[in-house]
Amino acid sequence: MKPAPFGYERPRDLQAALAVLAEADASAKIIAGGQSLGPMLNLRLVEPQLIVDITGLAELKQVERRGDELVLGACVTHADIEDGRIPDVTHGAMRDVAGNIAYRAVRNRGTVGGSLSHADPSADWVSALSALDAKLTLRSLAGPRTVTMQDFIVGALESALRAGEIVESIHVPAMPASAHWGYVKACRKTGEFAHAIGAIMIDPSAATARVVIGAIDSAPIVITNAAELFGGRVAGNYKERFDERVADAILAKAGVANAVHRHIHVNVLKHAVREAAAWA
Amino acid sequence: MRNERDFPSAGGAGAAQGVGARLPRKEDDRLMRGRGQFVADIRLAGLQEVAFVRSPLAHALIREIHVPHRHRASVFTAADLAGVKPIRAVSGLPGFKISEQPVLATGKVRQVGELVAMCVAPTRAGAEDIAAAVTLDLEDLPAVYDMRKAREPGSALVHEHWGDNVFLETNFEVDISSALDAPIRVSREISTARQCMSPLEGRGVVATFDHRLDQLTLYSGAQMPHITRNGLSDCLGMEQGRIRIISPDVGGGFGHKGILLPEEVCLSWLTMRRGHPVRWTEDRREHLTASSNCREHHYNITVYADRDGRLRGIDCEATVDSGAYSSYPFSACLEAAQVASILPGPYLMPAYRCRTFSVATNKCPILPYRGVARTGVCFALELMLDLVAAEAGLEPGEVRLRNLVRPEQMPFDNITNKHFDSGDYPEAMRRALTAVDVESVRARQRKGEADGRRIGVGISIYCEQGAHGTSVYSGWGIPMVPGHEQASARLTPDGGLELRVGVHSHGQGMETTLAQVAHEVLGVDVARVHLILGDTAMTPYSTGTWGSRSMVMAGGAVATACRELGERAKRIGAKLLQHDPASVVLQNGEVRGVNGSVTLKEIAYTWYRRPQDLPADVDPGGLEVTSGYKPQRDSGTFSYAAHAVVVAVDPDLGDVEILDYVIVEDGGVLVNPMVVDGQIYGGLAQGIGTALYEEMPFDAAGQPLATTLADYLLPGPTEVPMPRLDHMETPSPYTQFGVKGIGEGGAIAPPAAIANAVNDALRPLGVELMQSPITPYRVVEAILAARDAERPAA
Repeated sequence: MKPAPFGYERPRDLQAALAVLAEADASAKIIAGGQSLGPMLNLRLVEPQLIVDITGLAELKQVERRGDELVLGACVTHADIEDGRIPDVTHGAMRDVAGNIAYRAVRNRGTVGGSLSHADPSADWVSALSALDAKLTLRSLAGPRTVTMQDFIVGALESALRAGEIVESIHVPAMPASAHWGYVKACRKTGEFAHAIGAIMIDPSAATARVVIGAIDSAPIVITNAAELFGGRVAGNYKERFDERVADAILAKAGVANAVHRHIHVNVLKHAVREAAAWA
Repeated sequence: MRNERDFPSAGGAGAAQGVGARLPRKEDDRLMRGRGQFVADIRLAGLQEVAFVRSPLAHALIREIHVPHRHRASVFTAADLAGVKPIRAVSGLPGFKISEQPVLATGKVRQVGELVAMCVAPTRAGAEDIAAAVTLDLEDLPAVYDMRKAREPGSALVHEHWGDNVFLETNFEVDISSALDAPIRVSREISTARQCMSPLEGRGVVATFDHRLDQLTLYSGAQMPHITRNGLSDCLGMEQGRIRIISPDVGGGFGHKGILLPEEVCLSWLTMRRGHPVRWTEDRREHLTASSNCREHHYNITVYADRDGRLRGIDCEATVDSGAYSSYPFSACLEAAQVASILPGPYLMPAYRCRTFSVATNKCPILPYRGVARTGVCFALELMLDLVAAEAGLEPGEVRLRNLVRPEQMPFDNITNKHFDSGDYPEAMRRALTAVDVESVRARQRKGEADGRRIGVGISIYCEQGAHGTSVYSGWGIPMVPGHEQASARLTPDGGLELRVGVHSHGQGMETTLAQVAHEVLGVDVARVHLILGDTAMTPYSTGTWGSRSMVMAGGAVATACRELGERAKRIGAKLLQHDPASVVLQNGEVRGVNGSVTLKEIAYTWYRRPQDLPADVDPGGLEVTSGYKPQRDSGTFSYAAHAVVVAVDPDLGDVEILDYVIVEDGGVLVNPMVVDGQIYGGLAQGIGTALYEEMPFDAAGQPLATTLADYLLPGPTEVPMPRLDHMETPSPYTQFGVKGIGEGGAIAPPAAIANAVNDALRPLGVELMQSPITPYRVVEAILAARDAERPAA
């Protein structure tokens, strides 16, 4: 399992990287942590003519709190978040998610931007950042544009990135102190890809709930107004009000035809709801 | 019960070093520091790397192989290897159908991953680039992907000249009609999934030609180098004196490295053609898709019993999916035929009938994986006994105790003429039941769990034949029959000891354990005992390491050679002491008489450096002895163990968590109990893999579907609990020191125990799982199906 021959460039700044990407278009692949691309290269699932290494771009490692949101550069690693090297506007939710991605060795190198660009349905950030209502700034030579997570994740391994475009930063809204967070995933083994993810950001005091059902072989199901899952009203007793049959129907409507898969997804979501209820 | 985390301190000057000592392994110093030398570490001047073009289809005619002109000199196909014979492993069992495996595909391909062309380049990446440029013109044929469909009339044929897809059918019966009126009769279909053995190190080969010795030298991670030499000699048409196999450090074998590979033959041919060394190492994708399949069994089984749970008989039809080719040397007969001979297990069995089919399919050949047929057999038998218990209204443990062969019956010849040498099977089961505390599990089950999970307890027990001898193996008629085992022992001029044996360590720690045997006999410090293994030029012939035979056979041979060496040393020592030779003793590395002692080191010095001081009647053979050995009976040894496990099953997600795992094992006298514990842990991990994780599924086109470790799940440290181990030691009456073969047992019992525990947990829900692995999907599917079955019709 050795890659096919490829060219390699490591641009010094973002403009140079964008120029290289614009020139190379479809025959180039970006490498950041290499945790997804590395195996794909080795298995010859992809054979790019050129690999553009963006780990030298200081612009993509910047982190700042801007008003009500945290702006993370795309090359921030999962370990940076797990270890608390960046500010946390989610009261520990992001740290918990980060610390359970794959294995520590993967987390040392894998980046948030890379994970999102790859758009694997089982990836933790795909579901978690959808639940956190994050937005992404994408940039090409033509300039920047901002998209929501729902618009960014188009399908399994399919993002809204255009040719010559790169994820520049991730904008995470500060989680209200009154919000509860639950994130549960079912894995066959510790560290492996999830086969079901349930994520919920629920604020009974504001009567809002945002629910994500992930790892369904396509883009995650994002429910921005999840009151229907709680008997029509998001209230303090939402754990008891959680309606499995509504969750099951949502999954069936989204194309999850297999009753066993739906059962597992519904229960993972139920566990996430319980976890949120225990969030203190 | 011993807490395995608190090993007593071992080693150090003066600490015991013989049989029974928990010595840390000598080989670990280099292996744990990354200083081992595996096939991939070998450096040779001019060495180039090989990659293979492998068939992407399971069953197809080869119309053409297109090699780009620029690569013509670097690509080789079957047409180039004219004169190289196919691999041929024929069994003498009546009705065995003969087939051959061309080392590079000829005419058609019969499995995904079959070798079609060999590409060589200075780097592996370069060789893969060349392989990617070769295109194949293949005409698809219907794939034989299911072993039972393969037997239906009209199925495509893997080997056309057979007329069907059955390598071998066996039939065995004793008195089954006497069982048919039994009041309890339970029938089921039970199956174990196809797996890939997954040693940490894949296979690998470096081939080079030594012109000084006029010898092909093959470095190969092999369990049985002398057998590899036999097979290679046949395929290449080269005399054995011109072939040397060297097996260096080997990172796990489990049976995968006991087979002659087409890659070994191809690279041997290639190095002689190209005039420089060549290497191929198996990558993980090759391992999973093209190589080491094992374990796929199907049972249609009926167990007959009386109301008190006593067995009246078993009637079974078993099928093994043997893949496309008969692998060398074990052949495609072994696994299925073995099912019939061991299905009665460690139980008294009044009547028995078993029919087996070894079926050819378009998959990799099936190889004997740690435990071989025993894992599937234990799974089928032990699941059935729990069902008998349920029908009889008895605890599963009680049914075992009522049927296990009893200690006072040992040695015992069972219904298939297996000679159980020694043991107390009921005691092992009693200890396991007590340790796992079945009563408290029942109380916990009645109470229920706050988190909604369901608790279950499961047991299993087996006995494992090891060190199979001549009479057992000659019956199979395969290209390998073990005979006497030889070992050479030589004192060096400075009193060290060199041992040469034909078995080979691929994780068993034999550099340490065989040194312990030598120490037991001669008293030489283990640090000064050097093992030479794995090299056909340097070691006596042996069928190698397989079937839990090495300690019994090579250990016995080492003991025998050392004893003879000791006798010769005594006579020289007696002369040096001016003592009557009849009344000196050898103790702690010294020859002692009433008037003094002389060390083995001094005796060696005399033989090698001062022959003028030797007795006139000194044995001219000196201090180098080669002895042969066989146990008193060659019907093999029988180690055994009882496993008991408590699980928690989550009906919401289908997850199974192991809460407690108990193993009570009896491997006879243990040479190094710490090494044995390690083998049990490793076997347990593999057993858990079989029970809960590992499966290589194939689609209807014969495509293997779990092509990376993301899909082929192997248990890791978070999936394997620390078991509680208890040991019994019932010596074998037939072996040196009473040792028995013990290497495979850990991998035999866990699937049965875990499945029984899951079924115990879920039986109140109407769920019964009769296949491995027990995945979350299958648990939930069974729960939902049982729920649907209960609902009244709409």
